[in-house]
Amino acid sequence: MKKYILKRIGMSVATLLVIVLVLFILMQLLPGSPFNDERLSIEQQQVLMSKYGLDDSVPVQFFRYVKNMLTGDFGKSYTISKNTDVSLLLQNRLPTSLLLGGLSILLGSVAGLLLGVAAALKHNSLLDSMATFFSVIGVSIPSYVFALGLSYLFGFQLSWLPMLYNADDGLRAFALPAVALSMTVMATVARFTRTEMIEVLNSDYMQLVESKGVSGIQLIFKHALRNASISIITILGPLVVSLMTGSLVVEKIFSIPGIGQLMVQAIQSNDYNVILALAFVYSALYIFVMLAVDILYGVLDPRIRLAKEGANG
Amino acid sequence: MDKPLNQIIQNKVADFTFVGQKNIKVVDEVYEEDSYWKQLFKRIAKNKGSVFGFIMITLIAFMALLGPVISGYDFDEQIAGHESMAPRIPVLENLGVFDGSETLKTSTGELVVNKYETIEGGEEVYHWFGTDVLGRDLFTRTWIGTRISLYIALVAVIVDVFIGMSYGMISGYYGGKVDNIMQRSVEVLNGIPNLVVVTLLIIVLKPGLMSITLAIAITGWIGMSRVSRASMLKLKESEYVLAARTMGAKDISIMYKDILPNIFSQLLIMSMFSIPSAIFTEAFLAFVGIGIPVPMASLGSLISENFKSLTTHFYMIVPPVLVLALLMLSFNLLADGLRDALDPTMKEV
Repeated sequence: MKKYILKRIGMSVATLLVIVLVLFILMQLLPGSPFNDERLSIEQQQVLMSKYGLDDSVPVQFFRYVKNMLTGDFGKSYTISKNTDVSLLLQNRLPTSLLLGGLSILLGSVAGLLLGVAAALKHNSLLDSMATFFSVIGVSIPSYVFALGLSYLFGFQLSWLPMLYNADDGLRAFALPAVALSMTVMATVARFTRTEMIEVLNSDYMQLVESKGVSGIQLIFKHALRNASISIITILGPLVVSLMTGSLVVEKIFSIPGIGQLMVQAIQSNDYNVILALAFVYSALYIFVMLAVDILYGVLDPRIRLAKEGANG
Repeated sequence: MDKPLNQIIQNKVADFTFVGQKNIKVVDEVYEEDSYWKQLFKRIAKNKGSVFGFIMITLIAFMALLGPVISGYDFDEQIAGHESMAPRIPVLENLGVFDGSETLKTSTGELVVNKYETIEGGEEVYHWFGTDVLGRDLFTRTWIGTRISLYIALVAVIVDVFIGMSYGMISGYYGGKVDNIMQRSVEVLNGIPNLVVVTLLIIVLKPGLMSITLAIAITGWIGMSRVSRASMLKLKESEYVLAARTMGAKDISIMYKDILPNIFSQLLIMSMFSIPSAIFTEAFLAFVGIGIPVPMASLGSLISENFKSLTTHFYMIVPPVLVLALLMLSFNLLADGLRDALDPTMKEV
């Protein structure tokens, strides 16, 4: 197991390095310059370029960038908030986004699990078809459509919850965006749980447990769901990706000061360092989640662990 | 020492009794064989969801083709004086809905306004979905935008089939070093979130239809390549492949003529599922502000434009959101139905 984890970590680090290289090359190809200002003379632009080290050769810039990144220095923002460290910008915004993402995952998984279990227990009933219908809608309709609907209905028409983010509102401010984002999670988890649970409930070992006299909540949650949940973990990776994409739009709709909103601003104002840093953060987050899912999966399911140990020596 | 043989046989025979003639008539029923496509169609037709999806997609595609033609307005035509007009539809207006009046919320209370009554010659003007803040007809723009989404759907399928399928098949078929290199590159590409790849690419290439197409081409095929590689690995050891090779068939011919027909249905399902995500990618890019440039419209850019008037003129954002949601839902439902019809063994999700 140790060997497998080490190998998996090595792969992740290698992927991350390749990503940095790719990001850097892409950045070099970007059109426009952050100093494209008509009021600046060419000499002034030159001074600015050398101040930020943009006139060095490409390899020099790349190695400096990798070195800085290892020390947590993402450079300075060019346009969004001039001369502020990008790491400082991230520091302020990352927790907000992580909180939003965490809330959505938590809300979505719990609701999805309950819905999926209920649908599986009452297989082929009205409840089941309603749950299926609900999850098809949740999977198909993008989260920002939900965000728009929720913000109009509860935020504007009924004024129950804040329409725009305000730090003073505490968790109340996260209610609408978190619900909007969690719809996809809930629908996917519900769908997957239902399929897995139906399979598990029909298995021989469930019959054995049932004939031993175990029943009710213990039967469902301790025996059935535990086995079903192992494979549910695998969909976490794709879900995190959809949350990242969704959060960009949802953060814009509710004007939440998270990294998604920062990304949109950076894209629109050509702030290279911020885009590069955010792309790195998103990729690192994603790779970390994939790594965690793989390791967790191995730990939870002995069959996978043994198979992988066998394959990797 | 033993009983004579014929006695044993007699005892054995006594164990059984003859049933006798029961006069059962065996009817040999012969069903007429349907063609593959007819069978497929019948099975899809059983699934209500996929029938709904198919009808909706047809309807939306029909409107996308015809809508801009019958509306009588150009998609980029700004009519002075026609800014921010609520929807007005003939016949329905007599029922008290869609009669061009809208309720404005002000600080002092609510106010019902009908702009069609205030502008000159407004009696004769009909904007079925209303107009946006620049006075452009939203009915025309919505269906023009739908064209973009349908085009994206087509691109997604083509990319899936040509890049994803071939990549996976080649990787799986040759195996060994080729497979190793191809799979490691996919892993790295897959390690970067699509969000990052797509946004960076569009910034480098400048926003436009071509860049969006390219972005989808680069990111859209990975899932498909996995499925086709897995199917290829399963099938390449089968006997008919061995037979074909013995007969001297070339690799390409084995891949495309012998193996492909056997995995095609699975791949078709995969490509159907990639359509909604491609449509979403376009809408997402537009919303972030790097989609189709103005005055061209896509569903995403319409949502993004009209989002600014969400609280003042709510009707503006409804048509593009509704069409986008229906389109994605329909493609998902149709893909679900196709999967059930073509490959019942394939697992859900």
